Amino acid sequence: MSNEIELIKDPGLPEHKLRQSDVDPKAADRAERQVAILFGLSSLGTIVFIYSYLFIPVDRFIFIPLMGDQNLHQLLLGLGFAAALLFIGLGAVHWAKTLMPDHEVIAHRHELRSPDADREAFVKTAKEGAAAAGLGRRSLIKRSLGLSLGLVGLSPILFLGDLGPTPGNALRTTSWKAGSRLVTDPGDRPIRPEDLEIGAVAQTLPELAPGKDHHSLNDIAKDAVLLIRLRPEEFNLDAERLSWTYQGIIAFSKICSHMGCAVALYEQTTKHLLCPCHQSTFDVTRAAKVIFGPAARPLPQLAITVDAEGFLIAQAPFNEPVGPSFWERSA
Amino acid sequence: MSARERIAGNVASYVDDRTGAAAWMKKNLQKVFPDHWSFMLGEIALYSFIILLLSGTFLTFWFDPSMREVVYDGAYVPLQGVEMSAAYASALDISFEVRGGLLMRQIHHWSALIFMASIVVHLMRVFFTGAFRKPREFNWILGIGLLTLGIVEGFLGYSLPDDLLSGTGIRIAHAIIQAVPVVGTFLAFLLFGGEFPGIAFIPRIYTVHILILPGIFLALITVHLMLVWYQKHTQYPGPGRTEKNVVGYSLMPIYMAKAGGFFFIVFGVTAFLGAVASINPLWLYGPYTPGQVTAGSQPDWYMGWLDGLVRMAPPLEPVIFGYTLSLNILIPGLIVPGIIFTGMALYPFIEQWITGDKREHHILDRPRNAPNRTALGVMSLTFMLVALLNGGNDLIATAFDLSINQIMWFSRIGIFVLPPLAFIITKRLCLSLQRADRELVLHGRETGRLVMMPSGEFVEVHEPISAEKAWLLTQHEQNAPLELEESDNRGVRRPGLLKSKLRKRFAVAHAEQVPKPTMNDVREIEHH
Repeated sequence: MSNEIELIKDPGLPEHKLRQSDVDPKAADRAERQVAILFGLSSLGTIVFIYSYLFIPVDRFIFIPLMGDQNLHQLLLGLGFAAALLFIGLGAVHWAKTLMPDHEVIAHRHELRSPDADREAFVKTAKEGAAAAGLGRRSLIKRSLGLSLGLVGLSPILFLGDLGPTPGNALRTTSWKAGSRLVTDPGDRPIRPEDLEIGAVAQTLPELAPGKDHHSLNDIAKDAVLLIRLRPEEFNLDAERLSWTYQGIIAFSKICSHMGCAVALYEQTTKHLLCPCHQSTFDVTRAAKVIFGPAARPLPQLAITVDAEGFLIAQAPFNEPVGPSFWERSA
Repeated sequence: MSARERIAGNVASYVDDRTGAAAWMKKNLQKVFPDHWSFMLGEIALYSFIILLLSGTFLTFWFDPSMREVVYDGAYVPLQGVEMSAAYASALDISFEVRGGLLMRQIHHWSALIFMASIVVHLMRVFFTGAFRKPREFNWILGIGLLTLGIVEGFLGYSLPDDLLSGTGIRIAHAIIQAVPVVGTFLAFLLFGGEFPGIAFIPRIYTVHILILPGIFLALITVHLMLVWYQKHTQYPGPGRTEKNVVGYSLMPIYMAKAGGFFFIVFGVTAFLGAVASINPLWLYGPYTPGQVTAGSQPDWYMGWLDGLVRMAPPLEPVIFGYTLSLNILIPGLIVPGIIFTGMALYPFIEQWITGDKREHHILDRPRNAPNRTALGVMSLTFMLVALLNGGNDLIATAFDLSINQIMWFSRIGIFVLPPLAFIITKRLCLSLQRADRELVLHGRETGRLVMMPSGEFVEVHEPISAEKAWLLTQHEQNAPLELEESDNRGVRRPGLLKSKLRKRFAVAHAEQVPKPTMNDVREIEHH
C-alpha cells in the first residue's frame, strides 16, 4: 500500500427525487387547489381590510381575552391587511415548492480576475490616457488644480457654519440669581419651608422673569432643581454646605452630572437619589456625593434661604455649571 | 400564436430594439442561486427596508417635524390641553385620528426592529460560515456600513416623535457629542442650533432620517446586491458542490416565486405584529421636558448594548491641564464601539493575514471546521450580550427582585471574564465536534442495536454512513499553519520580528484542528 494520503471522494450530486405532485396528477391538482385557496384567503383579507376602513368607527373598542381592550377598527384593519399580504406569499411559495420544476441546476463559476492580457491592456490604456492629458509633465496644472479642489472643498464647512452659534458662556449660566424664588413645577407657586414635610421632595424652577409666561425647555434643561427635606441632624456636610441648606431643606440641580437626564428617583429610606438612565446614585446627606454608577461629580447644590415673606429663595446662583461635563468645564 | 403572445412579443421587441436587453435578460433569468434557509436572512433585511420605505412614506404625509408649541386638542383625552410640540401632537394624530395611522406607525417600528435583527443574524451567518473571504471582503465592509447606519437611522427614527422617552434618548446623545474632547461643545451647539434641546434638532434629524440616510441605504444596498449577483452566491458544502460551480435553482421561475412570495410573507408577518402587538405607545409617555424622565428608560434593543456599556463605565472624569476629559462617556460611548466596528470591518483582512490564504472561496465553512473564527465570533457575541443585559439592568432588577448594584458589578466583571471564557469553551466545543465527525466517518452511525457476543460481551452495532454524508464531513481543507522564516538564508534575523512572531502564534492557533479522516484511515479500520 502506498503512503500517499487519499481523501474521501465526492460521490457527486445525489439522484433527483420526484415529488408526489410530479408523479401523481391528482396530487398536482390538489396542490393547485391549495394554492388557489391561499390566494383566495388573501382576497378575503383585503375585504376585511376595506370593510374595517369604511364601516368600523375609529373609536370602537372590543374586549378580547388575554389582549384586553382592543381598538376594533385598528385590529381588523391590521389583521385584514396582514392576511391579504401573508396569503399571497404563502400561496406563491407553495406553488413554487409543489408545482414548479425542482431539478437542481449546475452553473459554472469562473475566477473573477481578468485574464492577464486584459489587465495589461488596461494598464496601457490608463497610462496612455494620463500621458495624453499631460498629468505627469504639466505639474503646474496638477498643483493648481489640487489647490483649487482643496479650497473649494472647504466651502461646505463654511456653508454649515450658521447651523448653530458658538457656545459662549451659555453652559455656565442658569436663570437662578441671588434672591430668585423657588416655585413649584408645575404650578409656579412660591414655596414656604413648612409646605414640605420631612422626607418630602419637590421639583422646582426659578420664578418667571417679568414678562415671561412660561418656562422654555432650554431653561428647564438647566434650571430644574430638586428640593428634599431631611431632619437637619441627618446631614453630613461641611459648615459651608450646611449653610446652603435651610431647616433641613437641601436643593440640588435635577440635571444629572453624567449625561443630563432628570435625576428623578428618590429613595426615602436610604436618602439616595438615583438617575433612571444609567443608575448613578447620589447620597443626599453628603451633598449628593456619587456613591454608585458612572457619574463622576456630585449634583451641583443650590444655596437656599428664605426671604422676608418666608418664601424659599436662592442665596446665589449655582457656583458651577449644571448638567453633563464638557471639555472647557474646569477651564 | 395567441393575441396575448403577439402583444407581449411586440412590446418585448420594441424594448429590445432600443436597449438590446434580451441577451442580458435571457442570461440572468436563468441565473442559478443555491438554496438554504440561512440565505433568507439577508432577504428579510432587504424586504424590511422596502417595508420601511413604504410605511415611512405614509407617515411623512401626516407627521409634522416641528418644535412649534401647540396645545393638544385631539382625540386622546388624557393629554387634551397639554402643551407640546407640533411633532408630538402630529404623532398622536397619526395614532388616533388617521385611519390606519397607528397600524402604519407600528408596522414602521416593528419592521425597523426586524430590519436590524435580520442584519445582525445575517452578519452572524456570513461570519460563522466564512462567507466574507475573498472575493467578498468588500461586500462585508458594505454590510458593516449598513449595520452602523441602521443603528443611527433607527435611533433618529424613534427620536422624532419628541415624547418623554425619545427626548431622554436625545439628551444622552447630546451628552455624548458634548463629551468629545476639544470640539464637543462647539459640535453640540452646531448640531442643536444652540443649547439643548432647542428647536432645530428634530427638524434636522427628520431630513437626515427620511432623505439623507435612506438615500445612502439605497445606494449601499444596490451595490451590496449587485456584488452578490456578479460574484455569484456562496454555497454550503455537499456532494457535487465545488469551488467551480453553483448548484441550485434558476431565478425564473423558482426564485421569482419564492423570493417574491417571501417578500409578502415578511410584510404580512410585520403587518400582523403591527395589528396585534403594541410598540412604542408614545401617548403614555407624554411630551418631552428636560425636567422629567420615565423610570425604566430603555433604548431600542440595537442601542441597548451601548447604553449597557455606558451604565457600567467607571466614574472616570480626569481634569487634564484644566480641561475635562469625560472618559466615563467617551470610553463606552465612542472608543469601545469604534474599536468593535473597526475590528469587524477589518476582520477579513486580519484572517487573511493570519492564514496567508489569497485564494477565492465560494464553498462555505461549517463553523466547527474553523474553530478559532467561531470562538472569536462567540466571544464577541458574549461581550455584546453582557453589555445588552446591563442595558436592561433596571428591568432585570425589578423583574427578578435583584439588587441593581450587584447586576452592575456582575456586568463590570463579566464583560472582561466571560468573553475569553466563551472563546475557550467554543473552541473546545468545535474541536470536539470535529472529533465526533471523525468518529462518525470511521466507525459509522450508532444504530442502538445491542448484540451479545459469544463471549458474553455486549456491543452496539454501528452502521457506515452514506457516501454523501462522509463527503460532507471530510470535504473541508485542513491547512498547516503559515510557515514564516524567522531568519533569512544567511542566518540574519528578519526585520519586524515581533510582528512575525505574533503572526506565527495566531497562525498556529488558527490552524488547530482534529485531523479529518482519509481513505487511508478508513481502510486501516477495515483491516482490523
